[in-house]
Amino acid sequence: MALLEVENLQTHFRTPDGINRAVDGLSFSVEAGETVAIVGESGCGKSVTSMSILRLIPEPPGKIAGSIRFNGRDLLKMSDKEMRAVRGNEISMIFQEPMTSLNPVLTVGRQIGETLRLHQGMSAAQAEDRAVEMLKLVGIPEPQRRVKEYPHQLSGGMRQRVMIAIALACNPKLLIADEPTTALDVTIQAQILDLMRDLKRTVGAAIVIITHDLGVVAEVAERVIVMYAGRKVEEAAVGKLFGSPRHPYTQGLLGSMPKLGSSLTGDETRLQEIPGLVPSLKKKLEGCVFASRCPHTTDLCRKVAPALEEKAPGHIAACHYAIKEAVAA
Amino acid sequence: MFAYVVRRVLATIPVMAIVALFVFSLLYIAPGDPAAVIAGDQATPDDVERIRQSLGLDRPYLVRFGSWVWDILRGDLGVSIFTNLPVATMIKQRIEPTLSLMIVTLCLAVSIAVPMGVVAAWKVGTWIDRMVMGFAVLGFSVPVFVVGYLLAYVFALELDWLPVQGYTAFSQGFVPWIENLILPAVALGSVYIALIARITRATMLEVLQQDYIRTARAKGANQVSILFLHALKNAAVPIVTVIGIGIALLIGGAVVTESVFAIPGLGRLTVDAILRRDYPVIQGVVLLFSFVYVLVNLVIDLLYTLFDPRIRY
Repeated sequence: MALLEVENLQTHFRTPDGINRAVDGLSFSVEAGETVAIVGESGCGKSVTSMSILRLIPEPPGKIAGSIRFNGRDLLKMSDKEMRAVRGNEISMIFQEPMTSLNPVLTVGRQIGETLRLHQGMSAAQAEDRAVEMLKLVGIPEPQRRVKEYPHQLSGGMRQRVMIAIALACNPKLLIADEPTTALDVTIQAQILDLMRDLKRTVGAAIVIITHDLGVVAEVAERVIVMYAGRKVEEAAVGKLFGSPRHPYTQGLLGSMPKLGSSLTGDETRLQEIPGLVPSLKKKLEGCVFASRCPHTTDLCRKVAPALEEKAPGHIAACHYAIKEAVAA
Repeated sequence: MFAYVVRRVLATIPVMAIVALFVFSLLYIAPGDPAAVIAGDQATPDDVERIRQSLGLDRPYLVRFGSWVWDILRGDLGVSIFTNLPVATMIKQRIEPTLSLMIVTLCLAVSIAVPMGVVAAWKVGTWIDRMVMGFAVLGFSVPVFVVGYLLAYVFALELDWLPVQGYTAFSQGFVPWIENLILPAVALGSVYIALIARITRATMLEVLQQDYIRTARAKGANQVSILFLHALKNAAVPIVTVIGIGIALLIGGAVVTESVFAIPGLGRLTVDAILRRDYPVIQGVVLLFSFVYVLVNLVIDLLYTLFDPRIRY
């Protein structure tokens, strides 16, 4: 049994002009200790997926259907109270915006200690001692002093470290990181990724990392799920996905990545782009979701939605022509 | 911080000086001659002139202002024209009921209005929210004396739960003291409650949209802790500000409320003094109210640092 099994997840939002199917029939699983990346461009439903797992989607206007089994228990069937016992304890989350995700009027120590007091029944003093340890663990210098400070006294990178300390305080089994490095500058990004990798080794948590940055994926992930328009279009081990992407969308994503130093070695090429926009999720889509932007679209693509098929061992993709494409490439 | 307090206290001096100038001019430009009032109907012009000289009314404006301020600084607010008692003594006799009314109203209003606003923001768009907002509109639009008479009719006359009017000193015991103050406090507080509840709701709505609230949820915090710890502390600065500004409402409202409920406080003293053109008393009371208001605002400014660590003085 996998640690997390998401089956046919559908997160829809009621809006004034129709239902927005932000996530539409997504299935995937995460094994204990594994790092899985979910990639895709803005609006593909990857953040909504992460928020759905912890049921942080406001309902209404949102509505989550399907099943999300964590250690065999369906999170969607839990009471609010049971769900609160899972959040921050067994599953915790790091958000994209370190500048605004910490409460500005509470000390860092209080915010780390809160989860410990909630889930481990620690006293305020114990929680503060543990908060100091956590700050040390995430590499913040002078933790004794920092624990009494407020978020505005810390830099962006330090705040993200504090977020990680909060997330890991209760030794969760699953850590969901929603674009954890997007808001940070490049050197800090590398530090945070290193930190996450180190901590994964010491804490042993499984990680679901949500990102649009393929560099981050290559850096940390073991398995990759590519999302497009609220669905999974491809899934494979990280090496296979980068080595032989099967879905035209994944190929497009990889083609749009700049190669470091390519202008110096002389093989400079214009970056490829994927023409067009993500289709509106408010209409029921006919055929393949990527048909409107795919360079290989045929009549079949426009009429029949391709099923997710295993195109190679452990490598699945949703494309009628995936094998042919791979052979041709 | 200490330097800031000293600076703020010093800054109240010019404010109070301007208030004093206004209050003093009130006497100077007011129609009617106090000397003539004191002298009575039978007095000759010579008598009036003598009284005027004994009161110092014949001296120039600035000289009179100077000596008036000097007297006040020594705690001498002058003597009532009507009762011949020192104004300071009269205020001292009347201050307890008004202070009691204000404090009870303040505590009552804050403890009702803030949770009301918080719950309305939490349940935004539901019937609970609409009820709170409906009450707020009602509280704004119905005058204090209407609410006062209505409350007295229902809870005192019909149900006989609470006394109709009057005041019992705190030294007579807490229960009779509070019994007499509940109805006036609710009447006086209705506008105040409406104001605080609305601001609390609006501020909380904004705060609840913030990323750190989502973080708190992701940590497994329960709804009470999210609302009253994570959100309310962030919303505190505007709420505390409006509570402070609202003290002015209470001061104005106290005058009417004390009349409705026959409470022998400063409000009644003020009304009586105005009716009798007892200018020294009016001056004393207005000065006191202004001073209290300036002081309250100073306290509010200092409270900000307690709620928001980003504010430093």
